[in-house]
Amino acid sequence: MTEQINTNHHKANLEIFSETLQRLAQNDRDIIAVTSDSRGSGKLVPFGNKFPNQIVEVGIAEQNLVGVAAGLAACGKKVFAVSPACFLTARALEQIKNDIAYSDNPVSAIGISAGVSYGALGSTHHSLHDYAALRAINNIIIVAPADNFETEKAIELAANSNIPVYLRFGKKPMPFLKSNNDDVFAFGKARTITEGEDIAIIATGETVYPALEAANKLKAEGINVSVISMHTIKPLDTNILDKIAKKCSAIITIEEHSVNGGLGEACASYLIQQQFAKPFKIMGIPDEYTVTGSQEEIFNHYGISEQGIAAQVKLLLRK
Amino acid sequence: MYKVSITSKELKQKSVIYRKKILQYISQAKAGHTGGSLSCIDILNVLYNVVLNVSPENFSSPNRDRYVQSKGHCVEALYVTLADKGFFNESDLNTMCQYQSKYIGHPTKKVNGVEQNTGALGHGLPICVGMAIAAKMDEKEYRVFTLLGDGELPEGSNWEAALSASKYKLDNLCAIIDKNNLQITGTTAEVCNTDPLNKKFESFGWAVKEISGNDIDALKDAFSSLPFEKGKPSVIIANTNKGKGVSFMENEIKWHHGVPSAAQYLLAQQELDYALTLIEND
Ligand SMILES: [Mg+2]
Repeated sequence: MTEQINTNHHKANLEIFSETLQRLAQNDRDIIAVTSDSRGSGKLVPFGNKFPNQIVEVGIAEQNLVGVAAGLAACGKKVFAVSPACFLTARALEQIKNDIAYSDNPVSAIGISAGVSYGALGSTHHSLHDYAALRAINNIIIVAPADNFETEKAIELAANSNIPVYLRFGKKPMPFLKSNNDDVFAFGKARTITEGEDIAIIATGETVYPALEAANKLKAEGINVSVISMHTIKPLDTNILDKIAKKCSAIITIEEHSVNGGLGEACASYLIQQQFAKPFKIMGIPDEYTVTGSQEEIFNHYGISEQGIAAQVKLLLRK
Repeated sequence: MYKVSITSKELKQKSVIYRKKILQYISQAKAGHTGGSLSCIDILNVLYNVVLNVSPENFSSPNRDRYVQSKGHCVEALYVTLADKGFFNESDLNTMCQYQSKYIGHPTKKVNGVEQNTGALGHGLPICVGMAIAAKMDEKEYRVFTLLGDGELPEGSNWEAALSASKYKLDNLCAIIDKNNLQITGTTAEVCNTDPLNKKFESFGWAVKEISGNDIDALKDAFSSLPFEKGKPSVIIANTNKGKGVSFMENEIKWHHGVPSAAQYLLAQQELDYALTLIEND
């Protein structure tokens, strides 16, 4: 561990979501949580106990969850529609597309236990398609906060956003990426976690931390790595892409998502249209029947780990 | 009931005039949902001219009533009604479905007076449940209305929303089902039977009234007795005739989105003109 990684007092981003929402609801009775029997898994039991008039429970009915959320938002409520990311963005995709995005009802759709957080529960419970599905939908911001700092800021911004937001995170405790969280956090503006000119790693959500671990390991071996937390997948921070495309000799993207249609392809699409022609690698979950295991085991299996990422860096730099 | 000044006779005249305009704009655009627009127009007429506290003047007020058209494909009926209410110039409808027009073939908030974008079926009721819950939370008096087609009732989201509506005792919510018994493939009975609707909604905790949905007075009566039961959402099963008002279109599946030929158009307008004189002389 280097000084950049603060391992003290870190919590799951999910817990930070719950705490932040309670703090916001305290002073704003328009903050509403809508749940689909997801109160427990969304860590919203305390919220429901403290603010019984600010929680709507629809039962296991995700299409209704999102439609009801849209109707509440249309009447001025600041709505958080909370459901496992896998169901929210597949079962209720049409409601997200039409009732939230197309109808411009600024709901915050909260995808909990995202990516492969559910681990061995398998593919029904994984959300490896959500960036791809939502990237093709107009008028929705897609955010995967990496640490507790990003989560808290993202929830605060989402509460008052006049554009719909999709936010997803997992349930594993996430260390702070920086010891001093004094960055300005804004949707569409990536955070630079560490700077180096040999290669840039652009990661999102819970893959940023292993990228930072790999960067620290490589630094000891004389390879200087930039690590970017691209918490907002859409709109993409193209300014930072322009900057690192000039500065770095290669780029790796990492995401807890299918390698198809997510962060990596979004970056590649932008960069190639800027005549970027350096080594480039998309890391994520390959297009296959995902291996059985915990989130960590799945990450390790597909190389989303300190060792795996470091090896990929060396491969790309031919070192 | 907000506008009691309009008489039943005037409403009946409006219905015929609206039918004439629906056919006019569908014929001009060479596109539209003719049969369903004709079956639901009496409902829209009574809603906008008698029931809803909605006008161009109060449309941005948080206290206005809300109307969401779940059967979005019958947008011509909505556009014609909104134009008559003064939400926009009726002549705008000359651009309906034309290149770069905002008057697209389904309701869109870009058009003044439209509350929500609809078109995919099974979306109106969940949105209205959210709106009605918001009214209860804010202790506001506004009411929420949605018009559903009978053909869209197999969409499961309707029944998800029906459960929430009764759980939250949304007696400020009223769903109207334009029950014309037809859909694009055939009769609703043969495509996917949803009868008996009254028993289904009752068992979901709703208060139900079944009326003739092309009868102005029956519609006025039903709307004036809302909520049908305190603490329950209300549903009006409006038995209608698809293609109502034009004899050769009535109850004919091909007019679901059929566009009349020039000769058929003239014939239809003549029949509607005759209906107007009958009301005038009544
Ligand atoms: Mg029908």
